Amino acid sequence: MPKVIIVDRAGRDGALEAQEGLSLMENIRNAGYDELLALCGGSCSCATCHVYVNDDWIDEVGVATGDELELLDCSDHRTPGSRLSCQIDIGSRHDGLRVTIAPED
Amino acid sequence: MTDAQYDILVVGGGHGGAQAAIALRQRGFDGTLAIVGDEPEMPYERPPLSKEYLAQKREFERILIRPTPFWAERGVDVLLDRRVDAVDPNGRSVATHRGESIGYGRLIWAAGGAPRRLGCDGEDLAGIHSVRSRSDVDAIVADLVTATRVVVVGGGYIGLEAAAVLTGLGKRVTVVEALERVLARVAGEPLSRFYEAEHRARGVDLRLSAQVSGIEGTNGRATAVRLTDGTVIPCELVIVGIGIVPAVDPLIRAGARAGDGVLVDGQCRTTLPDVFAIGDCAAHPNAYAQGEVIRLESVQNAVDQALTLAKAMTGGPDHYRALPTFWSDQYDLRLRTVGLSRGHDATIVRGDPETGSFSVVYLRSGRVIALDCVNAIKDSIQGRALVESQAVVNPTDLADATMPLKQLVTA
Repeated sequence: MPKVIIVDRAGRDGALEAQEGLSLMENIRNAGYDELLALCGGSCSCATCHVYVNDDWIDEVGVATGDELELLDCSDHRTPGSRLSCQIDIGSRHDGLRVTIAPED
Repeated sequence: MTDAQYDILVVGGGHGGAQAAIALRQRGFDGTLAIVGDEPEMPYERPPLSKEYLAQKREFERILIRPTPFWAERGVDVLLDRRVDAVDPNGRSVATHRGESIGYGRLIWAAGGAPRRLGCDGEDLAGIHSVRSRSDVDAIVADLVTATRVVVVGGGYIGLEAAAVLTGLGKRVTVVEALERVLARVAGEPLSRFYEAEHRARGVDLRLSAQVSGIEGTNGRATAVRLTDGTVIPCELVIVGIGIVPAVDPLIRAGARAGDGVLVDGQCRTTLPDVFAIGDCAAHPNAYAQGEVIRLESVQNAVDQALTLAKAMTGGPDHYRALPTFWSDQYDLRLRTVGLSRGHDATIVRGDPETGSFSVVYLRSGRVIALDCVNAIKDSIQGRALVESQAVVNPTDLADATMPLKQLVTA
């Protein structure tokens, strides 16, 4: 199982053993990070699962496109590494991935 | 005799009840806390029931609001398979259908609603289902093995989403809507006409202004839906999506004021001491309905009311004023709604529905009160500010899809 590092809103690092085939949002939520609201359940509708992908992982994870990009565009906390975690499907290639939960809009 | 006692007891394990419990713990509430629900499952998301779960594209574990161990880890008792039948506001306890009594310090009523029934001949035959719970959808999926013809009663979002999924599964689907257009209660005519055309183009037999007079059956199973004009539509499966009845009878019997749902104030308080209500069953004054007391059936409303209440209960008084949002996915059409179109006196179509991407902007006295955005997520995001400020915008600019809505937001 790929190990993913999550930095919460208080700045604390935590590692989780991510389940492949689930989205990053599901993995973060299932690990008990209640600050990730994920209101729409992963249907790319709400932008409440916003994370920052660490710089050195953006190429591997890819940047937001389409509806996801539009949703992120309206966030006050948009950065070049911004992604909606419901749109990232976790696979073995994500071992070592580091993301930070973005502030609440 | 009380079988258990909790500082806060949540009735209902849907989005509202689950989120209330999560938010209370997140905000540091350290008293005893339980969710009591009438279903046998841990809290799960309902929107996928008429979408991915019905399509069998997402397994049940993936629609759980939290993994099963979460609740115990957070110190939340989840008492399943228990319908609360009575509330005793003086003794501060509820009674379940199993005859148990559960005491509370504060009660959060998040019981949602029960599917409205047809109230016609034959409605108890096998093969007739609503789309409200996991068990409803599991029963539909089981019947789909042998069913080829499906009648969906009700052209609201649930019915249309089900029709879209079943059409995608190769079923022959007839939708029966009592009013003269689909989505009549929730959207304007341009949106209704668009969805009617889309469903028909994909093979759905759509009957408008059609009332069901009864369900016919053989050997206890539904075989056809009969309309008041005498038409008989043969089918093996009937899906009924004609709304819900708010589940508030125990509160009413306990003396709570109620109308369409149980009445709450801006802090989700009912008229009973230390009894609160949130979600589909809570009739609340809504800033986006000109302060009218309304019920909203949506995940957004359930979750935001839960957050408002959790904040108020943990010492941060808050008033509910969240912007209403909805979503509906049918085929490849992603509808995103912001605001409430009820009470609109004009609609403006922005973009060309023929392209499959457009928005309907709703105005009331010249002010923007809501948008329905089909495959136009940018409008649904940029339109938020217009709805929040009830902006007055030049109609010609609104209709011009090349002009971003954010440029129309005035200070």
